[in-house]
Amino acid sequence: MTDSAFIQPPPMARTKKNDSLMRRQRFYGWLMGSPAFLGLILFIFVPFVMAIILSFTNQRLLSPNPTEGVGFRNYDRLLAVTWLKQDAQHDEQNHVLLDAKGEPQFERLRKVLRQNESYKGYDELSTFTFSDSRVVILAKDPLFIKSFINTIKFAFMVIPLQCGAALLLALLVNMGLKGTNFFRTAYFAPVVTSMVVVSIVWTFLYHKDIGLVNEFLNKISFGMIGKINWLGDPKWSMPAIVIMSAWQGAGYQMLIFLAGLQNIPEDLYEAASLDGANSWQKFRNVTLPGLRNTTIFVIISTTIAAFGLFTQVDVMTGGGPSDSTSTVMYHAVRKGFREQDIGYGATISVVYFLVILAIALGQKYYFDKREK
Amino acid sequence: MVSSSQMVDPRFIYKRLLTYAALLLLAYIFLFPLVFMIMSSFKPQQQIFTDLFSIRALLPVGDISLNNYIAVFEKSAIKTMFVNSMFITGSTVLLGLLVNSLAAFSLSRLRWTGQNFVLAAIIALLIIPFEAISVPLLMLVAHLPWIGWENGQLILESSWLNTLHVQILPMVANAFSIFLFYQFFRDIPKDFDEAAAIDGATPWQIYWKVIVPMSGPVFATVAILQFLNMWNQYLWPIMVVQGESARPLQPGIQQFFGTTTEWGEIMAYASMVTIPVLIVFLLFQKKFVRSMASAGVKG
Repeated sequence: MTDSAFIQPPPMARTKKNDSLMRRQRFYGWLMGSPAFLGLILFIFVPFVMAIILSFTNQRLLSPNPTEGVGFRNYDRLLAVTWLKQDAQHDEQNHVLLDAKGEPQFERLRKVLRQNESYKGYDELSTFTFSDSRVVILAKDPLFIKSFINTIKFAFMVIPLQCGAALLLALLVNMGLKGTNFFRTAYFAPVVTSMVVVSIVWTFLYHKDIGLVNEFLNKISFGMIGKINWLGDPKWSMPAIVIMSAWQGAGYQMLIFLAGLQNIPEDLYEAASLDGANSWQKFRNVTLPGLRNTTIFVIISTTIAAFGLFTQVDVMTGGGPSDSTSTVMYHAVRKGFREQDIGYGATISVVYFLVILAIALGQKYYFDKREK
Repeated sequence: MVSSSQMVDPRFIYKRLLTYAALLLLAYIFLFPLVFMIMSSFKPQQQIFTDLFSIRALLPVGDISLNNYIAVFEKSAIKTMFVNSMFITGSTVLLGLLVNSLAAFSLSRLRWTGQNFVLAAIIALLIIPFEAISVPLLMLVAHLPWIGWENGQLILESSWLNTLHVQILPMVANAFSIFLFYQFFRDIPKDFDEAAAIDGATPWQIYWKVIVPMSGPVFATVAILQFLNMWNQYLWPIMVVQGESARPLQPGIQQFFGTTTEWGEIMAYASMVTIPVLIVFLLFQKKFVRSMASAGVKG
C-alpha cells in the first residue's frame, strides 16, 4: 500500500455545467456511500470511542445502579505492579526458622498485605526465594499480568514457527513439480476449517494416553520421548496451542509467500547462476531480499493475529491449567462478558488496542530503518 | 529450467526424490487430522480407539455407519443452528457485497467534498481489530432498539441480544472489503463512466450496468473472504446469543463438545460443520487461492 495510491486526479475546471454535475456527484456520492459509512461509524467507530469512555467508569452490562466515573481506577486495578522483600523469620537465638519441608519460614503474605495500607488491593503474582529472604511480585490483577505474559509468549513462539513453516511450504510448492496443485490444496485445507473444529480435533490428538501426537513422537524417537500431558501440564499447554495454531494458519501465509515468490524476476536467478551461485546462495541473496516486503507484511499480520488469541484457549483449556494459557483477549471476555464488568473489560480493550498499535508501528519503524 | 544433462544426473534425481518425500510428509501432517476426523465420524467409539495407532484410523474400514450423524441430529439442535449459520452467513455476504461496493464506487468513481478524508478514515479503521471493540459493542447492542414481530403485531424490542440480526448487521459494513473494492474500481479506466454519463446514465446505472459487470473477480474475492469469516464466527456469537434459537454452528459444536464424551458423535458434528466449507473450497479452489493471496498482498 503506497500513499500515491490515494492521490486523486486533479479537480475539474469550474464551469456552470460542471457545477451542476458536481452537485449531482456529491448527492449520489453521499447517498451511495452512506449505508457503509453509517455501519462503520455505528459499529466500529462508536464502540471504539465507547471503549475509551467506559474505561473511566464502573459500567456494568445490566445494572440498576447508576454508572459513575472512576477516573483511572480501572487502569490502576489492571496495571498496578509492585514488589516487597521479606526476610525469613528467626527464633530468639537468631536461627532461621524452617517449615515442615525444611524451607526457611516467612511471615504469612496475606497478613503482611493486610497490615500494610500501601499494599491494599494487591495479590501475589510470583515469588523468588533466595536462601533466607524472598522477593514477592505483587499485582492488583495478577491474572491480567499473567495473561499478558502468556500472550507475548504465544506470539514469540508462533510467529517464527508459522512464518517459517509457511515460507518452507511456499518454496516447496513453488518448485513447479508435478502434483503441486494437490500439495497446495492439502496445505491450505486447515485454513478453511474453523478454529473451533480444529481445536476439538486436536484436543483428541493431544490426549496423553490415546493421542496420536504422543504416539507419533514416541515412534519417531524410538520410545525416547515419553508421554506428554499436552493440555494438562502448564509447561506444555501453551506450546501445544502454538503448534496447532501454526498448523492451522501456515497455509494462508504460504499463499502470500507464493505470490511474493512469483514477483521475483526470473533473470535475477539466471544472473546468479551465471555467477556460479549454488541453491543456498541464490536463496540467501535473491529469494530472501526479493521477499522482503512480503515477509514484513506476514510478520506484522501474524503478530496482530497472535495478540487476539482466544478461540483455541476457550475451546481447549479454558485458560488453564493454572492459568498457563489465559490470554489478554480471554481475560477481556472473562471480565467484560462473563462477569459483565463492562468498564473493566473496556479498559482491557483499550490497553490491548494500544499494544497492537505500538507493535504495528514499532515493527514498521524497525523495518523502515533497516531499509536505509 | 531443467536441462537434459541434469536429467540424468543421479544427484538431481536424488534431490527430486527428497523433495517429494518432504512434500508428502508435509501433506500427511496437514491432512491427517482432517481425514481422521471424517473417518472417525463413521465409526463407533470402541472402533475409533482400536483403530487409533494403525493406518486404519485414516481409512473407512470396519463397522462403518451413519449412526453418529443420526445421534447428533437426535441429541442437538444442529438443524436450527445450520439454518441460522446459513442465514447469517448468506445475508452478511450479500448485504456486504452491495453496501461495500457501493461505498467503494462512491469513493473511487464520484467526486465529492470530504471524500479524501472519508477514505483516510476507512484506512485508519483497518487497524482496529474486532477483538478490541467487542466488549463495548456488546454494551451497545444490548441497548439498541429493534422493531420485532410477535403474535401478529409489531412490538418494540429494547435490545438486540439473542437475535439473528445482531450477528448480521454489525458485520455488513467492512473497511477491508471497501478497500479491496476501491483498489479494483480505481483501476477501471474512467472512459467507461464518461461515455455512459454522456449518454445520460445516472450514477446508479453506471454502477450497476458498467462497473459491476466488469468487477467479477473482486466480488468473488470479497464474497469468499466474508463467507469464510462469517461461517467460522465464534467470539461474537458466544457474547450475544444465549439461547439455542439464534445460535450458529460454531458455538453449537463447542457446546456439544462440552456435553458428550462420544468421540464419534463429536467428529460427526465437526465433519458436518466443516464439509460444506471444504466442498465450496474444492469447487472454487483456484478462485479461493487467488482471492486469499491477492487480499493478503494488498492488505
